[in-house]
Amino acid sequence: MYRYDQFDHKLVTERVNQFRGQVSRRMSGEMTEDEFKPLRLMNGVYLQLHAYMLRVAVPYGTLSSVQMHKLADIATKYDKGYGHFTTRQNLQYNWPALEDLPKILDELAEVEMHAIQTSGNCIRNVTADQYAGAAADEIDDPRIWSEIIRQWSTFHPEFTFLPRKFKFAVTGCSNDRAAIRVHDIGIELVRGKDGDVAFDIHVGGGQGRTPMIAKLIGEAISREDLLAYLEATLRVYNMSGRRDHLYKSRIKILVHDIGAEEMKRLVEEEFALVKKQGVLQLPQEEVDRIRAYFAAPDFETLDAECPELDAAMASNKRFAAWVNTNTAQHKQAGYTIANISLKPIGGVAGDASDAQMHVVADVAEKYSFSEIRVTHEQNLVLAHVKKSDLLALWETLEANGMGTPNLGLITDQIVCPGLDYCALANARSIPIGQEITERFADLDRQHNIGELKLKISGCINACGHHHVGHIGILGVDKKGTEYYQVTLGGSADEITSVGKIVGRAFTEHEIVDAIETIVEVYLDLRESPDERFLDAYRRVGIAPFKEKLYADN
Amino acid sequence: MAQHSNKLAKIQAVTANRLLDGHVVYFTAEGQWSDWVDDVVLADGKEEADALLAKALPSVETRHIVDPYLFEVDQEDGKMVPKSVREKIRMAGPTIRLDLGKQAAVRS
Repeated sequence: MYRYDQFDHKLVTERVNQFRGQVSRRMSGEMTEDEFKPLRLMNGVYLQLHAYMLRVAVPYGTLSSVQMHKLADIATKYDKGYGHFTTRQNLQYNWPALEDLPKILDELAEVEMHAIQTSGNCIRNVTADQYAGAAADEIDDPRIWSEIIRQWSTFHPEFTFLPRKFKFAVTGCSNDRAAIRVHDIGIELVRGKDGDVAFDIHVGGGQGRTPMIAKLIGEAISREDLLAYLEATLRVYNMSGRRDHLYKSRIKILVHDIGAEEMKRLVEEEFALVKKQGVLQLPQEEVDRIRAYFAAPDFETLDAECPELDAAMASNKRFAAWVNTNTAQHKQAGYTIANISLKPIGGVAGDASDAQMHVVADVAEKYSFSEIRVTHEQNLVLAHVKKSDLLALWETLEANGMGTPNLGLITDQIVCPGLDYCALANARSIPIGQEITERFADLDRQHNIGELKLKISGCINACGHHHVGHIGILGVDKKGTEYYQVTLGGSADEITSVGKIVGRAFTEHEIVDAIETIVEVYLDLRESPDERFLDAYRRVGIAPFKEKLYADN
Repeated sequence: MAQHSNKLAKIQAVTANRLLDGHVVYFTAEGQWSDWVDDVVLADGKEEADALLAKALPSVETRHIVDPYLFEVDQEDGKMVPKSVREKIRMAGPTIRLDLGKQAAVRS
């Protein structure tokens, strides 16, 4: 894992001290709320419905056991004993008091954590493929490049007041687990002409009120040019992005308005200038220095087959189901990638108690080189687990409410905090998600349905990624009453698509039945159990679903 | 200033978040801020509501609260309750965690 150098330590410590002074001046009245608000937001502090909320950065979703223990301790000491893992691979506390915030930031800094780049119109915390460094299909470790982007972007003086927030996502392979095409810039690691790692730069994706799929602007950009190309892209946005209209200020609107070709031309023009200056050429030695932090752990030499795992699976159906759904192929023989579901039936998606966080930190230490990943789908990952340790790992997780075998199934939903917490929300998301998990609780039924990504947002800002859910649910407010609009056919993988609205919205009492109807239509029309919901939808379109849902109208 | 009330609202009250902890508070007849919605002072009609909000605003200067605004109030079973789902949730706490928020607290 990356470890802070003297610059990182100084930067974070100075920032905490600055914020301590700002909080003190706010409390003494030297600073008004209007003056304080942008400063607190730059430190990840929002004011939500019931209390302040602190968003802690988890750069590219990677945490150590020590850091996870600290997050748990903060939840106990300063909050209400839990935290919420988000689609930006961050962690949110829902109840901190204003005067405690500098102390929390102090404690985070002790374990090389902070809340910088989690809010404001800057380049936000970079997200990445949660299987980084472990995936069998990876060209290179995306964390190396994410860390380089983090170092370039943190407090970048030119990009501190962009027209709007700016989000990066990086994937190390063509199988996109990081939803790169719905980010302002999505980067895919590819092989360049010389066989070296190169970068495809997708620009102008996003969700919110105007969902857009990013366009491929830069193809196979070389290692030495990566930062210069990103600098050029951000410059074009900073100069030409709209600042007169909040809803039209993201880079996706700029790319849409001027077209991908013109965007590419402007970026190339700026890139030539940046490159000529030469200061942003990325030297191999610097890449090697960062790469060393992400060196593969000390794997044992093991057989790919693991008879004890096979025996355990044969004797324990639920464990076998967990292995089949929640683990993924590792590049090292005898190891596997283990996904920890934060989606128990009837639970709150992405929430973990302080006790659960300690358990995850402990099992990571015991079974996965003390490293944990947060996924944008609000789960956790232990990236390097020996197959022979899987049963012991799962038994601990299961005993602590984190062993649900539902990864990628209908109960493994992305759900935003919604109107239960969020000041921007129009409707509640979490209770709808809970009710759906309870309706589909039967494991055999879930497995029969197969892969189905259901995503719920409580407002059009789309923090719950509903636009790219195979089934998306958007909460809306109609004269003070919550309604739920359904979209079908969205996807955030390498074949990204934006879902289509199926028809009129459903009430709180109708929505779960509507979802069940959609699932039943799919089961009736699929050509075989291997035809996934999304594939079936793409084959037949929206009509059969619409027909059944609104048959009585 | 936040707008969370219907323009045609008849009975309204003023709410805000407390500066120190961000918790929800309500403006009372005594010109104080209470944790409990039962203590709100009501305004009937737009003129009274605007006057009530103006009376609450100095508390921003004295750093008791942030972001005061009007919300619509309704009568249910003889009790005054917020009309919108949003304000009902603010009044009680998260609907999915009944152990948190004001709903979990006992009024002394």
